[in-house]
Amino acid sequence: MITLAEVSKNFGNTRAVNNISFTVADGETLVLLGTSGCGKTTTLKMINRLIEPDAGTISINGQQINRDKPELLRRKIGYVMQNTGLFPHYTVAENIAVVPKLLKWDKEKTLGRTLELIEKFRLPKDCMELLPHQLSGGQQQRVGLARALVADPDIVLMDEPFGALDNVTRSGIQSEFKALEELKRKTIVMVTHDVQEAFELADRICLMDHGKIVQIGTPKDLLYKPVSEFARKFLDSQRLALEFKVITIKDIWEFLPLKLIKSEERALSSSTDVWSAMERLSSAGDYPVELFSDLETKQAKRINFQELSTAFHFYKQRAKYD
Amino acid sequence: MIEQQQTLWSFMTEQSDKLLTQTLQHLGLTFVSLLLAIVVGLPLGILIARRRKLAGSVLGIAGILQTIPSIALLGFMIPLLGIGAKPAIVALLIYALLPIIRNTYTGIVGIDRHIIEAANALGMSRTQVLLQVELPLALPVILAGIRTATVINVGVATLASFIAAGGLGEFIFGGISLNNSNMILAGAIPAALLAVILDLLLSGIQKLDFRKLRKIRFLFPLFILLVGGFYMIPATSDTSLRAGFTPEFMGRMDGDLGLRSIYGLKIHTTVISDAVMYKAAYEKELDVISGYSTDGRLKAFGLTILKDDKGIFPPYYAAPIVRQASLEKFPGLKAVLNLLAGKINDSVMTDLNYRTDYLKQTPERVAKDFLISKGLYKSPRNGHAGTIRIGSKIFGEQYILAEMYRMLIKGNTDYEVATKTGLGGTKICFDALRNDQIDFYPEYTGTGLLVLLQPDPELVKSITRDKDRTYEYVKRAFQKKYQIQWLTPIGFNNSYALMMRAKQSKVLNVTTITALKNYIDHN
Repeated sequence: MITLAEVSKNFGNTRAVNNISFTVADGETLVLLGTSGCGKTTTLKMINRLIEPDAGTISINGQQINRDKPELLRRKIGYVMQNTGLFPHYTVAENIAVVPKLLKWDKEKTLGRTLELIEKFRLPKDCMELLPHQLSGGQQQRVGLARALVADPDIVLMDEPFGALDNVTRSGIQSEFKALEELKRKTIVMVTHDVQEAFELADRICLMDHGKIVQIGTPKDLLYKPVSEFARKFLDSQRLALEFKVITIKDIWEFLPLKLIKSEERALSSSTDVWSAMERLSSAGDYPVELFSDLETKQAKRINFQELSTAFHFYKQRAKYD
Repeated sequence: MIEQQQTLWSFMTEQSDKLLTQTLQHLGLTFVSLLLAIVVGLPLGILIARRRKLAGSVLGIAGILQTIPSIALLGFMIPLLGIGAKPAIVALLIYALLPIIRNTYTGIVGIDRHIIEAANALGMSRTQVLLQVELPLALPVILAGIRTATVINVGVATLASFIAAGGLGEFIFGGISLNNSNMILAGAIPAALLAVILDLLLSGIQKLDFRKLRKIRFLFPLFILLVGGFYMIPATSDTSLRAGFTPEFMGRMDGDLGLRSIYGLKIHTTVISDAVMYKAAYEKELDVISGYSTDGRLKAFGLTILKDDKGIFPPYYAAPIVRQASLEKFPGLKAVLNLLAGKINDSVMTDLNYRTDYLKQTPERVAKDFLISKGLYKSPRNGHAGTIRIGSKIFGEQYILAEMYRMLIKGNTDYEVATKTGLGGTKICFDALRNDQIDFYPEYTGTGLLVLLQPDPELVKSITRDKDRTYEYVKRAFQKKYQIQWLTPIGFNNSYALMMRAKQSKVLNVTTITALKNYIDHN
């Protein structure tokens, strides 16, 4: 658990971070979202003391982080950055093994863990002896992730981790990232300026502006309960797409036609978001028919694209009046 | 009569002992100073990369040090560190500093800041970031700086011979003074080769894959140390007195060779430049030096001449030497130049030199004062009847004489005058005269005979006993061989002389060269 209490940071006369407080629970993914210069990166870097705060306290599991040497703290926190920050003079294997070396692991343990990560991140087996510049951008980013996770830290900090990738590579890695077992147990703080990415990956989003927190809450909170004009406008341009991603089948279950059938193995989970369901339906051909199941009640419905979008529409109508 | 011209190769084989010593000394000087420059420069570069605010001033100071002319820097070193290896190494170190500091700084500052951030974020300590990330990534740039410094040092190290630190400069500058092209080349070619080979070697090291060399990378400084070790700091004196002779003096029959063969003088000798020799004697770095008998510094530094009781130093009477073509082109020139004939004796010349060298009066003023006192000065006529070009070698006496001739020509004729003073050494001056770059310059009979004509040694022995025979001989030979005329001598004899501090000479009761030899043999 990470706790920030009344933390501030000035750069010269600019107040980069202005008296912010929040808590990140164990296993939670918090995304710091905002335009450039809003203080999100400064906030992130204060957590592993790449930047020291001017005021306020930061603690991890109740312990203030400025008690020990910064390098000891950092070895326990994974760090992923936009430009990968891979050492160009180290091979892939050596890059991954930086932290184990600092922690003085023996060679076998390091090698075993490296091989494990290379397989998990679906990197080519023969890349161990290659230098970073010999890999593609996506592969480099995976090596960066592997390096951050090698010592299995409880906390991972990510600074625009997918920012340098092209759109195709990016969405591929994002979905891989979501599916990674390795990351599911971690407490993650991630910085991004990309609203879609934030909604895709966050448990909670912390929207920042001018060094202050505008709103902190679940993606749904941000969409439907914006606390200010700024918060509402920030999402406006992509509102529809975000709603498709945030709302799940379960949310609109009651608006779907009553065509109960027996649940089948192929059925999609009701926690699937509307966006994914639409993708599945539109790729299914002329008469899109698909199964959805409610895990608790073992209920399933067979619906088409038309029915799905009508149900989504009704849900939104009701949300407006709530 | 003239000795068979020696080939370069035969000179080098004949002098191979000296050549090897000088080359090793040269390498030693280069590498010891380079190693020290790395020891000083690398941490400084790292420091200013960490504290960027210091960068401007540190690089500025190193840059200013770099612009000090090398011979001046060597001169500054003498009062601080004396002569020999120490000041030479410090001077070379100063020249090597800038490229090393600057490239270390640039190399580290130029690293992608994300890489440094990553290193910090992974939990590396400052030392680990420096040793494992910053230095390896900056290494190619740092090596480029070391390479530049090495090549600079090989070049500047030739000047080390000026302050008795040895190296290939001994041949180069000795050769220039002695008009011996083989000697110049015997120093210059190895020096150039050293620079090229070291440059290639270092560029090879720069291109090596350092990842594969991790295990042997520590051999690199070791290698530099080893080569540096070649430089044996000149063995401590085995005689009680120390001598410093100019490179020119070292190679001449009427110099060190004659001292050895005719007097049997065995004294611990170092090679040193004329520019710093007198001062070194004054500061007791040296006891015996090879000076010129009319040098003003003799008076300035309280030195006394040891009598040449066996007469090995031939007469060096000064007289203007003029191109025959110029005498025909400028009628009346001869008469004007001869106005000075017989007007300046040894003590007058020493005094004039003292006034420029020690009292720091300008040669122009000294010349004018003298001409006025002799009633020879006339205001310039500012005519435009053609330009006469006066040359001079690069020392005070020649500057004064050139000024006197300039004033005489301008006051007595309608010619204009261009002075080309400071031609470095006999060879350069004489070549300028032969190639019609100047019309005349003051030369000395002994130099004309021994350096320029180089006749049979037997003949030299027979004629140098007498100053008039020497003059007559060079006059005839120059006319015949070069179409250059010797005018009437000015009067003073600026011959070679061994000199000591007057005080020491008195205390040891050494007033002649023979007495010096006896003193050394018994102590």
